[in-house]
Amino acid sequence: MAIPARRRIADISAFAFATAATVFGLVWLTWILWMTIRQGAGALSPQLFKEMTPPPGSSGGLLNAFYGSAVMILLAVIIGTPIGVAAGTYLAEHGRYTKLAAIVSFVNDILLSAPSIVIGLFIYTLVVRTMGHFSGWAGALSLAMILLPIIVRTTEESLRLIPDTMREAGFALGLPRWRVTRQILYKAGLSSILTGILLGVARIAGETAPLLFTALNNQFWSSSLNGPLANVPVVIFQYAMSPYDEWHTLAWAGAFVLTAFVLALNILVRVLARKGKQR
Amino acid sequence: MNDSATALRIKPASSAMVSDAENMAAIHIRDLDFYYGKGHALKAVNMDVPAKCVTAIIGPSGCGKSTLLRTINRIYELYPDQYATGEIMIDGRNVLDRKYPLADLRRLVGMVFQKPTPFPSSIWSNVGFALSYYERLSKSEINDRIEDALRQAALWDEVKDKLNQSALGLSGGQQQRLCIARTIATRPEILLLDEATSALDPISTAKVEELIHELRERFTIVIVTHNMQQAARVSQRTAFFHLGELIEVGNTSEIFTNPREQRTRDYITGRYG
Repeated sequence: MAIPARRRIADISAFAFATAATVFGLVWLTWILWMTIRQGAGALSPQLFKEMTPPPGSSGGLLNAFYGSAVMILLAVIIGTPIGVAAGTYLAEHGRYTKLAAIVSFVNDILLSAPSIVIGLFIYTLVVRTMGHFSGWAGALSLAMILLPIIVRTTEESLRLIPDTMREAGFALGLPRWRVTRQILYKAGLSSILTGILLGVARIAGETAPLLFTALNNQFWSSSLNGPLANVPVVIFQYAMSPYDEWHTLAWAGAFVLTAFVLALNILVRVLARKGKQR
Repeated sequence: MNDSATALRIKPASSAMVSDAENMAAIHIRDLDFYYGKGHALKAVNMDVPAKCVTAIIGPSGCGKSTLLRTINRIYELYPDQYATGEIMIDGRNVLDRKYPLADLRRLVGMVFQKPTPFPSSIWSNVGFALSYYERLSKSEINDRIEDALRQAALWDEVKDKLNQSALGLSGGQQQRLCIARTIATRPEILLLDEATSALDPISTAKVEELIHELRERFTIVIVTHNMQQAARVSQRTAFFHLGELIEVGNTSEIFTNPREQRTRDYITGRYG
């Protein structure tokens, strides 16, 4: 049975096109990674994680920025996860057929696509102006505001993907809704809810605009959330704009660490998702 | 005109049947109507389900047989726009009354679904799931109850060495027997089986049917099935539904050999459905 030439040509060209598209995508990714490694190579040493951001003309690291970013992201997760999971649960379970849930879901979608600079300005007006100074709290809060709708959405989606037969089986045993949700649905949706949280973290890790208005930056070591707090994205932004070579190198190194962190999170998400499927 | 004529013809027939069934009945269904929004799925159903025996509900797709089961434990209340009118009396109380507590009803009436629905946790906790909710039991009492339920569901020998493993690793037939064990662990009086074997292979089906046979001594069982041979094999009473109406109900042997209604005869001989 010979395959007609036309089909063979169609097959080969489809394959070639798909391969070309993949290569096109991968080229940029590897280019970005390679560029940040090459340009930041000078600063990619243990020093990067041990020393503070230096004044112009001397060498240093990004310790204070890494610390500030880590603390603010962690706080954002602590604030955003319980509220987001609870709201997502309301939308998918308790309020499922209600008008209120439909409205909340719609508003959440708007929040999800709101430009992050708007969130930054919002927190600036609400927190920074009220407190009278920039602070790590404000930074964490603005990141939480970006994370929240992501978690709401992914929680809602994860729970909706669980077939109704699972709920019916739980309710048929006479269990109340909160037990069905907590002991059956959260377990069934755990890996996809976790995936949503991790993707949210990957998203806020690189957010610069909201932090410019809220945490600002700090040249020095500060562990206080009550004052301006150094963070990786804003340091990259300021150092890249500066005229000093040392700062440029540090900015590249910071960019590399940030990219590698996001990449690692994405790989973790894939592993989690695969585990979820096996269960 | 035609409708009222059939209704008249059924009435004396079913009330004659009821006389012996009624005394023993575990469930009395009176003037039951069910609606999916505007769709009228059950129409003025009157029926008695005798205790400690298997009642099979048969009929073509969309005849309302699953709906009837879903009404008995009020699982339909999960969805908006679904509602029932009439009475379903169990132990002298109307369970359709909104004041009747759902937890009590569902403890009294267990349900097993068409597709096996193991929860994503261990075999042990699947069966023990509802136990700790209803009763204060010590760890060893819970273990005893779980073993007891698994033995009754004829699953104990197959899983006793892997109670801590995920229930999702069991085969389809084992999962369905696990669901039966889970349901009888809380000691209900009534078991509803909604096409509980239609997703299983013939060997697993045979096992579940054997199980139904044993369980009927302890439970009042109502089984919905597409499979008429199955109804004939496992049940003592059979009810035939068509387009939301109860056409006739009686002893299984009579329904299958000498039905009163032409529509029943047509369905059983495979003319439609």
